Amino acid sequence: MIELRTSPHMKGNLSLPQIMRHVVYALLPICAFAIYQFGISALALIAVVTTSCVLTETLFNYLADKKNSLHDYTAVITGILLALTLPPGFPLWMGAVAGFIAISMGKTLFGGMGFNLFNPALLGRAFVQAAFPAAITSWTPGGMAERFTQFIPSSLTLPFTAPVAVDGFSGATPLALHKFEATTTPVTDLFLGFSSGSIGETSSLLILACGAYLIIRGIMGWRIPAAIFISTILISGVFYLFDNTFPSPLFTLTSGGLMLGALFMATDPVSAPVTPAGMWLFGFLIAAMTIIIRLFGGLPEGIMYAILFANATVPLIEVITQPRKFGHISKKNSKKTGNAND
Amino acid sequence: MGILNLFKYKTFTHGIHLPDKKEHTRDQKIRRLPFAPELIIPLSQSFGTPAKAIVSPGQEVVRGEVIAKADGFMSVPIHAPASGVIKEIGLYPTARGPKTEAMIIKTWPGASQRSASFEPVNIASLTHEQLIQAVQDTGMVGLGGAGFPTHVKLSVPSEYSIDTLVVNGCECEPYLTTDHRLMLEHPAELLQGTYLLMKALGAEKAIIGIEDNKMDAVQAIKDKLSGFEHIQVIPVQTHYPQGSEKLLIKVLLGREVPSGGFPYQVGVVVQNIATITQLGKLLPKNEGLIERVITVTGTGIDKPGNYIVPLGTPIRFLLDHVGFSGKASHLILGGPMMGSTVASLDVPITKPVSGLLVFNEKSVEKVSDEIYPCIKCARCVDACPMHLNPSLLGQLATKREYEPMQETYNLMDCFECGCCSYVCPSNIPLVQYFRISKSILRERAREEA
Repeated sequence: MIELRTSPHMKGNLSLPQIMRHVVYALLPICAFAIYQFGISALALIAVVTTSCVLTETLFNYLADKKNSLHDYTAVITGILLALTLPPGFPLWMGAVAGFIAISMGKTLFGGMGFNLFNPALLGRAFVQAAFPAAITSWTPGGMAERFTQFIPSSLTLPFTAPVAVDGFSGATPLALHKFEATTTPVTDLFLGFSSGSIGETSSLLILACGAYLIIRGIMGWRIPAAIFISTILISGVFYLFDNTFPSPLFTLTSGGLMLGALFMATDPVSAPVTPAGMWLFGFLIAAMTIIIRLFGGLPEGIMYAILFANATVPLIEVITQPRKFGHISKKNSKKTGNAND
Repeated sequence: MGILNLFKYKTFTHGIHLPDKKEHTRDQKIRRLPFAPELIIPLSQSFGTPAKAIVSPGQEVVRGEVIAKADGFMSVPIHAPASGVIKEIGLYPTARGPKTEAMIIKTWPGASQRSASFEPVNIASLTHEQLIQAVQDTGMVGLGGAGFPTHVKLSVPSEYSIDTLVVNGCECEPYLTTDHRLMLEHPAELLQGTYLLMKALGAEKAIIGIEDNKMDAVQAIKDKLSGFEHIQVIPVQTHYPQGSEKLLIKVLLGREVPSGGFPYQVGVVVQNIATITQLGKLLPKNEGLIERVITVTGTGIDKPGNYIVPLGTPIRFLLDHVGFSGKASHLILGGPMMGSTVASLDVPITKPVSGLLVFNEKSVEKVSDEIYPCIKCARCVDACPMHLNPSLLGQLATKREYEPMQETYNLMDCFECGCCSYVCPSNIPLVQYFRISKSILRERAREEA
């Protein structure tokens, strides 16, 4: 039996599930450090949010009579990423809601993987930010002595009840400290992760290393993170030069969710542009909006909204940044390229 | 190859790096294949109008004589690849799919295979028009795979002038090694042919571009270069699809052929190594194209190598001869990136076929059965040598929005090199989408006309 096929008859050996699996691998060290810092509360939060995402995806596949799509790992990635952006003592039931919204409103509503306009994890987080404003801004410092034996009290809040604040379990994030109390956390602490914040955003160094792994392995593009980092340094640098009560470029880069957002959220290929120039523009927009929200907004952190807004601009960005195609030479440049008979 | 070469030699932007898979045949000297008992000679072997048979069943033919004449300018004659008798003229399967008219020659046993002899030509005395005619009389078409009649390519519209002949020695398709062997074993004919074509074009110089995985060929040609002052050999990086003529022109000369245009518009004509080497041999002797070198390789082949094959040899005979054992599940004529599969072992080797690749079931390159949605990872955008946006084109194709594909996103610039399909992690058959879209667009244009 001779088979008929159309060319090409060779295929590169990187498949979509492989790409997604590597992203999961790259997130595991960040999860491990989150659990080390925040104990069983972080572990439970990651487990609950991820399970919620996976179950939601299964449910909607069933309702839409679609094939099971869990083996592409994207639901797991959304779950882990979403969990990493939540505060350590975030009530688990709220985490489950966030996961449900992320997958249902952020992904399956658009038609599943590949069709979503917004980053699903951030959409889920945006929802809980609006729905549970108190819980999502209650920060617990890392490294508490009983973290491996005891849950943070707010984690175990019963569904549809609000968590009760317990003394000794709160600590403001570096961004909030800077914004509201004019206290600057040393950059080394931000870099190594010994500060409070969402469970996965604390150590810039670790996030950078995990992102670098994906870039070096060719799993992830470098342009979007590079664009965000460079734009952040430039824009915050200008502000800092004019008035050094504004945070320094290095502080801006390493504090809050910027590192995690730049390397793992903005780089979600589905909701980012495909054109090289578009990627630079997309990164610049994210950096600019993040800084504007941070410096002038009511919220200490702005990366989440910045990425979501930038996601919405992607269709337009792609239209205006189509690359110059081979053989399409403007009259002005034809001399330069040496075309003999033009 | 090596990391240093990345900086040493030039290349184009985008494209992909492929495993070259040439190790099984690159050191195999070109060997001659015997004559099959029956040769199948399709009247249409190339781009253009089919030739017109001038023999009839029962007629005896001598190896090298013309058996079908060119039908107009966009057509080339066909010469008998072997002495024998015309058994019949009828419809036979070809690589392209539908059966086409072919002549069957029942060949005489091997010993009597002497070519008909012709009056040698003094090339130097020919005028430009006579030289073009002489090229057409050889029946030459692009042997690199395109199969475009060579004399048509040499007939440049009078408002353009050609300053450079580019000789394409890239052989960027994996597995294939025919051009490599020809450069190693027949550099003199190659240079002779280059010189003749420069004359035919009125070009003042020629550049032979060779990928740097064939540095021995670069050396072999340089060794014979004395006396040919206006011919240059330039190594380029090994990088698929550098053998595409528009890309090679850009790499070697920095000129960009306009979209939808031809190389002569930037003062260049490109010819492939095999074409030029054959012309260097055939033109002075006034002979026609009756055989070509092809690479036969793949799994299950006992004697992979580079063979001189009489045109019209059925694949079945070729496979028997190279000791093919096992079950072929996938037969490719040409290279693995742009070649086409054949449905029948009775398909003959024709002029544009540069290789026969055989893959049996176990070794068929991994093709995942599941197609995922496009995740817009942009790998195809970074791979497309024409700087198109395959991701977007693919989405438009599935929505059947063909007009914007052509008008806004320049689908017609796609030459189906396969880079986008190769890199796509979602296994989307992009090239197939584009092929279908293009033929629908052509069909619509015909309907409107």
